Amino acid sequence: MRKFTFRGGVHPYDGKELTAEKPVRVLEAGAELTFLLSQHIGAPAKCIVKKGDRVLEGQMIAEAGGFVSAPVFSSVSGTVKGIEKRRTVTGAVTDAVIVQNDFEHEKVPFDALPGMEAYSALRQASRSERAEYNLVTRPAAEALELIRPDERLAKLDKKEILERIRSAGIVGMGGAGFPTHVKLSPADPEKIDFILVNGSECEPYVTCDYRLMCDRPGELIAGLKAVLKLFGSAKGVFCIEDNKPQAIRILTEALGREENIYVAPCRTKYPEGAERSLIKAITSRDVNSRMLPADAGCIVINVSTAFAIFEAVFLGQPLYRRLLTISGDAVVNPENFYVPTGVAFGEIVEKAGGFLQTPEKLIAGGPMMGFAQSDFSQVVTKTSSALTAFRYDLVSRYKETACINCGRCVDACPARLVPSHLADMVQKKQMEKFEENYGLECVNCGSCSWSCPAGRPLAALVNQGRQTILAARRKAR
Amino acid sequence: MNPKLQVSASPHTRGMMTTGKIMSLVIAALMPACVMGVLSFGLHALLVLVVSTASSVAAEYFYEKLLHKESTIRDGSAAVTGLLIGMNMPPQIDLWIPCLGSVFAIIVIKQLYGGLGKNFMNPALGARCFLLISFSAKMTTFTGGRGVWKLVTEVPATTDALSGATPLAYLKAGQTFDLKALLFGNCMGCIGEVSAIALLIGGIFLLTMRVIRIRIPGSYLGCFAVLTLITAIVRGYQDPVLYTLQQLCAGGLMLGAWFMATDYVTSPITARGQIVFGCALGFLTWVFRLIGSGAEGVSYSIIFMNLLVPVIEQYTRPVAAGMVRLNRENRRLMRQKKKEARRLKAAGKKEKDA
Repeated sequence: MRKFTFRGGVHPYDGKELTAEKPVRVLEAGAELTFLLSQHIGAPAKCIVKKGDRVLEGQMIAEAGGFVSAPVFSSVSGTVKGIEKRRTVTGAVTDAVIVQNDFEHEKVPFDALPGMEAYSALRQASRSERAEYNLVTRPAAEALELIRPDERLAKLDKKEILERIRSAGIVGMGGAGFPTHVKLSPADPEKIDFILVNGSECEPYVTCDYRLMCDRPGELIAGLKAVLKLFGSAKGVFCIEDNKPQAIRILTEALGREENIYVAPCRTKYPEGAERSLIKAITSRDVNSRMLPADAGCIVINVSTAFAIFEAVFLGQPLYRRLLTISGDAVVNPENFYVPTGVAFGEIVEKAGGFLQTPEKLIAGGPMMGFAQSDFSQVVTKTSSALTAFRYDLVSRYKETACINCGRCVDACPARLVPSHLADMVQKKQMEKFEENYGLECVNCGSCSWSCPAGRPLAALVNQGRQTILAARRKAR
Repeated sequence: MNPKLQVSASPHTRGMMTTGKIMSLVIAALMPACVMGVLSFGLHALLVLVVSTASSVAAEYFYEKLLHKESTIRDGSAAVTGLLIGMNMPPQIDLWIPCLGSVFAIIVIKQLYGGLGKNFMNPALGARCFLLISFSAKMTTFTGGRGVWKLVTEVPATTDALSGATPLAYLKAGQTFDLKALLFGNCMGCIGEVSAIALLIGGIFLLTMRVIRIRIPGSYLGCFAVLTLITAIVRGYQDPVLYTLQQLCAGGLMLGAWFMATDYVTSPITARGQIVFGCALGFLTWVFRLIGSGAEGVSYSIIFMNLLVPVIEQYTRPVAAGMVRLNRENRRLMRQKKKEARRLKAAGKKEKDA
């Protein structure tokens, strides 16, 4: 079988065996939830509720603040306790709506497509009342039989599909959080020939996309079909790293003789799932920092996003729940949770059995590209794919020594840069030279730092240079 | 706030490779060649290796102590330098010579330029060339030796252990030399370069451990082999292929190609640069060995190319993914823009001063 791959990259320990084969558990929200109004790239959402309002599960509490923006929904029923300033995982300040959960689980009615009743009933049946339950693996054939995507999509036009995606507040759930309806509205839809469903999940320790591919293949295919409907000449590709043979097998079987969709097994390598690396691996097209993937005829959507698209288009359900992996060597029971957004990290840790030992590092995301946190007060957003906690922080123990020019960073860089030289330029503040040496093309994947035998924080330095230049540009404008 | 939680930029995990481990692997890879050297030349050779390594580490330790710098002897780079110097010594050398060489390598070539990673020239080769020039008689006299080989093999007709002529001297004269002797170290030469097969094993070990890439040794040996083969054919030597193989295995070429030219600090970091570097080395070694008057040329080729590394790196800089290499016109425009910006800046400064 042909395996798709790209140049560069590294092979960090992936820790996926901790959580990969455990069934997903549902995590019920606690007493208080915090909904950040900036869970995406672009303008923050505008709050439409006020203190004391009663909100229902799935009710919009903030509308999109512009075209490049997305609405935010409450994940529980309850009362608005207040609107406060909170920090996002990256440290930016944003407004947040605090909701007091009344545990009534009162839902707003969703605008499901006609004929989806049987599927909805199945979904309801698979959850026992209010108790914690397992999200069981459901075969694709069974789901597709009930969903019948082709038949139902035939009755929808492109505008309607986009509108459903937009109003469900869907954003890129792999981490970047780019509003999906914007991504799906390129200048020339006919030029798009690949819709890549990114199931590579190259980030160590994270397995939520893997679980979704194994447990809900039918729904993912339906979600992808909804997206393919928007683009006349596009092919759908499930891109999966070959360390997930189970997911590859399930999806290949589920697709059967589907003409327009296929599974592309990729060679396991970090950062396979980075947008540019994935496009390079599957289509051998290069994307630079000034281009959008659409300029190379590709649109990349995450597996979780595809699932959210399915829920939005077929069930009319907005995005307020997602799969999240909690893992790392400090956690008692690493596993995957189906969590409502707005739940604090501390609560998730509690549900996972707490810590074996006070961790030295708590990361929102995986260890390669996640953001280190200084406390447990951060909350789950639409883009939180994982929470990892480690007993020891390798990085703070590492002593930086002199660069020996070994070239490991050059070999590891998927963007074909010379990270050690770029880092030197940043340290010497030679910003012009930095730009000339393509410093802006860095995707901040961290492969250079990972591979450096001298322990230099190469990625951090290059990113610092990049941010300096970008900030100067914004200022000039 | 949780006081124990550390906050830092991603990535939060690191690979297992460290500078110290790389150096240990290099030392391990040099071991077969050292063992063959000691077997061939006896215990004095072992003494030379130990003295040069120890004096190199000591030089680094005391220099850093004196300057109140943090000691870097634990990273093993000084030990590698010292060991390489020892391997580049004739077997019966007076012990103070490798000692002096080690001190020169560490202090003058490495530390004075800023220590590990900053030296512009391979310290071991710099020291070897310094010694070759300063004590050329001692450095080119090869006596004694044959150690265990005297017991286990017949003396080949062409070699006479006591006369001390190196295989390269035979090859220089267009004569042949027993290839088996070259491979297994049954010949004259420096301690570390007698056995081509031991060096090759070390090189392959480094390749499989991913310490080095094939680019430099491959292009170096390949380029040299092709040029030598052509020369041998043009000059009408009896067996050009055998002659080329002997040239490859004799002298310091194997040691230089696998262990000295691949020194990270003094070789280009870019992939294309490494190939250019290797090919240039092959060409230079060919010139020195087959065209020039001397028999050996590996050390001089490598230290000469070391000096050109910054230039090679600059011209072989890779183009980032999805970017187009600037053509000459664009480069000219960019330079012009930069000049203009500098001029404006200078003018603004003058105004401010006034």
